[in-house]
Amino acid sequence: MAKENNPRIPVSQQPFQVQKPEDTTAIGGTISIEVNEKKVSVPFGTTILEACKENQIHVPTLCHHPDLCVAGVCRICVVEVDGMRTLQTACTFPITSPIKIHTSTPMVRKARRHIIDLLLSEHYGECYSCFRNENCELQTLAKEYGVDSYTFGHITTPKFDVDRSSASVVRDMNKCILCKRCVRTCIDLQEVGCLEALDRGHETHVGTFLDKPLAEVICINCGQCINRCPTGALRANDPSDQIWNAIDDPKKHVVIQTAPSPRAAIGEEFGIEPGHSFTGELNSALKRIGFDKVFDTNYTADLTIIEEGTELLNRLKKALVDKDESVKIPQFTSCSPGWIKFIEHFYPEYLDYLSTAKSPQQMFGAITKTFYAQEAKINPADIVTVALMPCSAKKFECNRPEMDSSGFKDVDYGLTTREMAKMIKEAGIFLPEMPKSHFDDPFGDASGAGLIFGATGGVMEAALRTVYELVTGREVPFKNLNITPCRGFEGIKQASVKLENCVDAYKFLEGVEVKFIVAHGTANATKVMEMLKKGELNDVHFVEIMACPGGCLGGGGQPIPTSEEIRTKRAQAIYAEDESLELRKSHENPHVKLLYEKFLTEGPCSEKSHHLLHTHYTKRGKFIS
Amino acid sequence: MENNLDNNKKRTGPVLFSKYTRGEGIKKALAMPREDVLFELKSSGLKGRGGAGFPTSTKWMLVAASTASKKFIVCNADEGEPGTFKDRVLLMEYPELVFDGMVIAGYTIGAKTGIVYLRGEYEYLLLQLEEYLMKMRDDNLLGKNILSKEGFDFDISIRLGSGAYVCGEETALIESLEGHRGEPRNRPPYPVNTGYLGFPTVVNNVETLASVPHIMQKGGDWFRLIGTDKSTGSKLLSISGDCEKPGVYEIPWGTTITELLQFVGAQNTKAVQVGGASGICIPKRNFDRHLAYEDIATGGSIIIFNESRDMLHVLQNFMEFFVEESCGQCTPCRIGNTKLLEGVKMIRSGEFTFSYINALKDLGKSMQVASKCGLGQSSPNAFISILENFKDEIFFHNGYGRK
Ligand SMILES: Cc1cc2nc3c(=O)[nH]c(=O)nc-3n(C[C@H](O)[C@H](O)[C@H](O)COP(=O)(O)O)c2cc1C
Ligand code: SF4
Ligand code: SF4
Ligand code: SF4
Ligand code: SF4
Ligand code: FES
Repeated sequence: MAKENNPRIPVSQQPFQVQKPEDTTAIGGTISIEVNEKKVSVPFGTTILEACKENQIHVPTLCHHPDLCVAGVCRICVVEVDGMRTLQTACTFPITSPIKIHTSTPMVRKARRHIIDLLLSEHYGECYSCFRNENCELQTLAKEYGVDSYTFGHITTPKFDVDRSSASVVRDMNKCILCKRCVRTCIDLQEVGCLEALDRGHETHVGTFLDKPLAEVICINCGQCINRCPTGALRANDPSDQIWNAIDDPKKHVVIQTAPSPRAAIGEEFGIEPGHSFTGELNSALKRIGFDKVFDTNYTADLTIIEEGTELLNRLKKALVDKDESVKIPQFTSCSPGWIKFIEHFYPEYLDYLSTAKSPQQMFGAITKTFYAQEAKINPADIVTVALMPCSAKKFECNRPEMDSSGFKDVDYGLTTREMAKMIKEAGIFLPEMPKSHFDDPFGDASGAGLIFGATGGVMEAALRTVYELVTGREVPFKNLNITPCRGFEGIKQASVKLENCVDAYKFLEGVEVKFIVAHGTANATKVMEMLKKGELNDVHFVEIMACPGGCLGGGGQPIPTSEEIRTKRAQAIYAEDESLELRKSHENPHVKLLYEKFLTEGPCSEKSHHLLHTHYTKRGKFIS
Repeated sequence: MENNLDNNKKRTGPVLFSKYTRGEGIKKALAMPREDVLFELKSSGLKGRGGAGFPTSTKWMLVAASTASKKFIVCNADEGEPGTFKDRVLLMEYPELVFDGMVIAGYTIGAKTGIVYLRGEYEYLLLQLEEYLMKMRDDNLLGKNILSKEGFDFDISIRLGSGAYVCGEETALIESLEGHRGEPRNRPPYPVNTGYLGFPTVVNNVETLASVPHIMQKGGDWFRLIGTDKSTGSKLLSISGDCEKPGVYEIPWGTTITELLQFVGAQNTKAVQVGGASGICIPKRNFDRHLAYEDIATGGSIIIFNESRDMLHVLQNFMEFFVEESCGQCTPCRIGNTKLLEGVKMIRSGEFTFSYINALKDLGKSMQVASKCGLGQSSPNAFISILENFKDEIFFHNGYGRK
């Protein structure tokens, strides 16, 4: 069980789990145990927590999270195991012998109460002014265990200043219970590692390199730590007050674009089971809140495909026909701002591999304050652009200084799904009850290709639907246009399509096997980059990377909680909606065609489109930003 | 204390301070099959001297039985428990015992590498120990084919800790060796299964290892004659506090506290703290109790308090130690110790209620069972035992309870 040799991961954060046998029917494959006097049989190496869950016994947890390796630090999950002097933590204990477990003895209940009481004694914050009120694991536990009297006192002054330096993440360590889920998320799931426990004893706290403000370290703004924090210690930087002000200002024309993932998840904020889309209802709600126009980000997702697809074909042509060796292939996608900041920090020498195409959010901003302003005859200075995103990194992205190609700040505010739900509730609207309505023109139509951007593999699938057809004149050879090798939550997916009988303009691609890779979560991005470094990607043409596990539907601005199960359901909602649409290929989007006819008349990747729709990247440090 | 250490430099004792010639134990062991070494160790009944008292032969056996490609033997020389300094004496004056013990362990469990985790504050010993290791290499007591034993290669390196008490806990020690923050790991799995770099690892206290060469030389049966039935052999004690002759002594297990107090010349003794800050405080009425695994177990720290000492002050010192030395990862220890310390301060200021102090004792009991490692599990010991055993003094005679 020797640990993987990855110098960037503190090994203490890696799981020390007992391997479960592949064949549980083999001798010793399962073990008979007793849980609360009930005999059950479990696979060798199952944790007590898993065994209890299988048998409908609820054991409370705080530091445990289904996406993360075990920690065993909060101690709330303690249970009694016969013959052992101390209580054992259910989340860490692998069953390798026939033990007897008791999950609710007086000693266990008392220890759990004590732990909750201790946490509350140091927890500075009030539930009614906290965004996690009613969705807080600490609060729930205190209620479940009847811990209501601050037996060991209660802190009355804050110990830490709230860190609001980051455009994306706000850290209020006064509410932190040191479960280290954020630490494990950042290092294990994302391989960024900008959070760590600092100091020791009673002074222990979660902090950054030299306790610097988050904006000054290598945080990639992915917000994954927010999604996994059990309390209100981490939250996104919420611009909803400024947005209300803009809405209330009659001089302002407030436009909102909505990304594909929020609509597939926002229902969860209203108590709906994961896996239901509320696209039409959301449009009506946004109108009722007072947004002047509601546009679909999928429209610029289609535009991204045209620009990025053209860029790929141009690169291939330069490499294959012009034999230009300076061209970097594979081309990497650039629509995930977390991934962009990640590569800027950790692989700055590879920035030329990135597509120069802006993300759909930023393209939308640039087009809104130019083309739309011109068409609608509105002074772009009076337009306020809001982007509803599943993502906290989008907040950082819209504040990048270079994102002003319209002559103004292209996107004024990035708003997360959670913040949007809050605004909708504040406006007195119960989203699921809303009538359905359509997006506004002139960007009313978008394709299913743009929609599936929300799931990992979606950009690749959308690009293939277009590129294949441009090159061969035929649809991609997959049933119902569903390019299944792009789908699913495997960390790194690899596949290829062969280009045959190409149209004249692309004869140089005849017989080429287009190879592509799809990865999600920056831990997997690291693996891909290491492959690239070693020259193992020489025959790969296109790589899609999303910073967040699961892609945007698992973004750092999505409803809490998150787990693979929840993300799977969100993905199903997105793919189902794609399949229900008539329009499923980006290049067939009539409004995109119109844009190239009326505005970007020189076509994709032309000078004007470069100015408005493409960008450049910044080399950053490995330790501080 | 330093002076007195020199005073009893001519040490005598039944095991560790008896005569031993460098390399003898290794020679004996290498002449036996590994199983026989384990057998001899088992019949000696040797248990860990670092505090927990786990049977050493069992620990070695578990690693010896593993088929892993690499194994390690780690000597725990972190000696951080307040009031212990006996490992330092062994390393300074009897390095042959410690290192021979490690070589024998390496042979028995099949390790090629031994590591000494030396307390940061003992850095001044480093040079001398390194020189000693060089000599061993010169004499083929380390290196390839040791003492011409075909295929037995073994070497020892020394690594310095950096001053955290918790790094004496074996899994935190391993984390620290790997270059990480010194935080105890979840157990199971235990180091004998998943230790240094994920390989099976034996972690033994300096004194445990130092006992092994004697056992090899004179046999397990000889060792068992010393001490009690369940606590065989001898124990080094670091004795400090109110007495005439503090220092390091070797005693057979089973010695009573009264006997101990007599030969160190302690007078008017009120209490004896056995086992350092994480141990328990024994009041006068229990001085006839025995030092033994089955009665009062100890890693070797003995602190003597006479009638003039304020026990609440003693307790406050201990609690301040834990609040600072907790690694801070788990809730009961990180916050619990702070609350206990607060409680002590409340008693001091007279602003407390008995029901709150009882709630804290209750909390202490939860900490004992719910903390992740031995530090948090044992830190309430002093709080509970001192407040119970010196109730009258603390709450009434000293007047803390009067206000
Ligand atoms: C907080 C803490 C500190 C410890 N410090 C030491 C130490 O300084 N030296 C030591 O040998 N064992 C120490 N131990 C015990 C070790 O974890 C371990 O049990 C011991 O090294 C095993 O060796 P043994 O079997 O030879 O006793 C400590 C345990 C705890 C919980
Ligand atoms: S984090 Fe939870 S317990 Fe703390 S104030 Fe917020 S809702 Fe309440
Ligand atoms: S936002 Fe992402 S990179 Fe930043 S601290 Fe959180 S997990 Fe780490
Ligand atoms: S910030 Fe949140 S996730 Fe991180 S340790 Fe604190 S409570 Fe846990
Ligand atoms: S009991 Fe204390 S020292 Fe041990 S792991 Fe918990 S916090 Fe760290
Ligand atoms: S949930 Fe098991 S220790 Fe925290």
